[in-house]
Amino acid sequence: MTETSYSNDSISSSTQLLRQVMRRLQAGWRTIVILIPFLWLLIFFLTPFFIVAKISVAEVVIASPPFTKMIEWTDSGIMTVRLVFDNFLYILNDSLYSSTYINSLKISITSTILCLLIGYPIAYGIVRSGPLAKKLLLFAIILPFWTSFLLRVYAWMGLLADQGTINNLLISLGLIDEPIRMLYTEFAVYVGIVYTYMPFMILPLYANMEKLDGALNEAAADLGSKPTNTFFKVTLPLTMPGVIAGALLVFIPATGEYVIPDLLGGGNVNMIGRILYNEFARNVDWPVASAVAIVLLFLLVLPMAVYQHYQGKATEEQ
Amino acid sequence: MAGEPTASETPWLDQDAKPFICIKGVTKKFGEFIAVNNVDLDIYQGELFCLLGGSGCGKTTLLRMLAGFETPTSGQILIDGIDMSNVPPYERPTNMMFQSYALFPHMTVEKNVAFGLKQDKVPNDEITDRVHDILKLVELQDFKKRKPQQLSGGQRQRVALARALVKEPKLLLLDEPLAALDKKLREQTQFELANIQEQVGITFVVVTHDQEEAMTLSSRIAVMDKGQFMQTGTPTEIYEFPESRFVADFIGSANIVEGKITEDNADHVRVSTDLGEIYIDHGQSTKEGSRVWVAIRPEKVHLSKKPPSKKGPNQAEGMVDDIGYLGNTSIYKIRLKNDRIIDVTAPNQIRPKSRTHQITWEDKVYLGWDASSAMLLKK
Repeated sequence: MTETSYSNDSISSSTQLLRQVMRRLQAGWRTIVILIPFLWLLIFFLTPFFIVAKISVAEVVIASPPFTKMIEWTDSGIMTVRLVFDNFLYILNDSLYSSTYINSLKISITSTILCLLIGYPIAYGIVRSGPLAKKLLLFAIILPFWTSFLLRVYAWMGLLADQGTINNLLISLGLIDEPIRMLYTEFAVYVGIVYTYMPFMILPLYANMEKLDGALNEAAADLGSKPTNTFFKVTLPLTMPGVIAGALLVFIPATGEYVIPDLLGGGNVNMIGRILYNEFARNVDWPVASAVAIVLLFLLVLPMAVYQHYQGKATEEQ
Repeated sequence: MAGEPTASETPWLDQDAKPFICIKGVTKKFGEFIAVNNVDLDIYQGELFCLLGGSGCGKTTLLRMLAGFETPTSGQILIDGIDMSNVPPYERPTNMMFQSYALFPHMTVEKNVAFGLKQDKVPNDEITDRVHDILKLVELQDFKKRKPQQLSGGQRQRVALARALVKEPKLLLLDEPLAALDKKLREQTQFELANIQEQVGITFVVVTHDQEEAMTLSSRIAVMDKGQFMQTGTPTEIYEFPESRFVADFIGSANIVEGKITEDNADHVRVSTDLGEIYIDHGQSTKEGSRVWVAIRPEKVHLSKKPPSKKGPNQAEGMVDDIGYLGNTSIYKIRLKNDRIIDVTAPNQIRPKSRTHQITWEDKVYLGWDASSAMLLKK
């Protein structure tokens, strides 16, 4: 009798111990789960950012690496910290940079609006289509990612060139006599950016619209609202999170885009990505290149912060 | 208003009454599937009409055709004498309360309710007043500024009702209005809904699969199956005088036995069944020897441990096979000699002295029912 009760005791105490160990382990796991993304961001985002920030306040020298040190020790044991803000002043004063920033923003904002205007009806159409068509259409949206981005841009060069597919077709149809200049114009850059970033607009919009209750449209109609009014009063406000997410996913990478303006715009379209590359690779002026990158980062962080604020407010309300 | 109250309460019996909604030979097909099959129905002003049926019977499709979300494949719907064939939902004199409520999640309660009035270009002062009044009617005046997500299920249901009612439609359509509520709240809301309908005097058409809801709410019920009306009538008519086995079985529960008519007189019918001889105290004018069915409601069967004083029709004996104790009543499953199970429900009027009941498993019991209780069904 005593023996059984003793063994019962030991079982209960050992299960208790096990539970405690499990709880510790769980707490440990929770820390690890949080630590992984934290470390990732620290190593691959924050550290490079500080390195770039450090270079942006250095001076260019012909050496390897091609910039001055931030901290130097003199023989007498004095530490000197050199922070040179000339690079930023140079960027702000030289109209080439400011006009290029403005041009970049103009192109990325216009592209974002174009993506929205084209992508919104496409996303809406996909949501409204049957289950099989929906799968096929979504697949078609994702399909371009399976070929190299560079290859697709080259393909556009072939399409848009003076002796390219489109011009040849139009000439053979007798619609035009001389080729229309499309490649190496701003138009080609818009085509490239809108084409490349369209999936990033459509997918968040689709995810957002898919959640919409179809009965809401019927309810609006039932209450006397005509289809266009229903769109502006019900559908659009409810798909706003998708619009904002899609717009940021297009706007941010489009602003810093290098390959598309370089290949499709040639020398005629100045975007900040090209300037950055030129400063870095051709002029070997790392400090100015870094300063250009830092200014760009702040231009991009601003809309992000606005979005975060909006998101926070939206989730708070819910 | 000055007319005879009986006529206004039962307009469907009045030859001269003009129906408010006319459904004429309406059919709706989805591909090959016939959702609504050639139905005719008249609904009168001020009625609370229930379309009752299981899922897929076509009741919701019919309601959606009234709202204008579906167009009939053939046939015609008239509301207040006007053909609705080419009238889009946003121009119909109807409002609908959706099963999911379909409240606009980005608008407050107040704005949800005001939405319909804004579409009609009602002046702002009037909108404020009407929204205030209707929210008072559904007892939500303190929740004006809340968003739908911040409300309970019952409160959302009332916002949906207020939003549909505030436009003072000629016809209010309700799709399973109480389905999302729990049982207690549902029972309470059934009466509230009926009261509100009386107060506002709008014609209601309610779709439901819940027969209890239909019985409590309606002036009349149409029982639907496979896209057709099986029977249309008041709750009492449907329950006490079903026309078919389907209706007898769908509304409430019934013991249905097959039999042959052995005697058919002006004032009574005798039917021979495997429940013994059944005597019904009203004539049926059916050919003797023809096949019929007899339905007896479980609550209309008397249960006794004592044998009846004299032998006669409408009697049977058996053994208690199973008991379902529901508190206020109990359901007894009585197995007859021929293994047929008869359901009997009896109120638990006497509180048992011990934990066991008077009639328990394996008891031999005698069944009997009044001559008026059995219902003769020809199909």
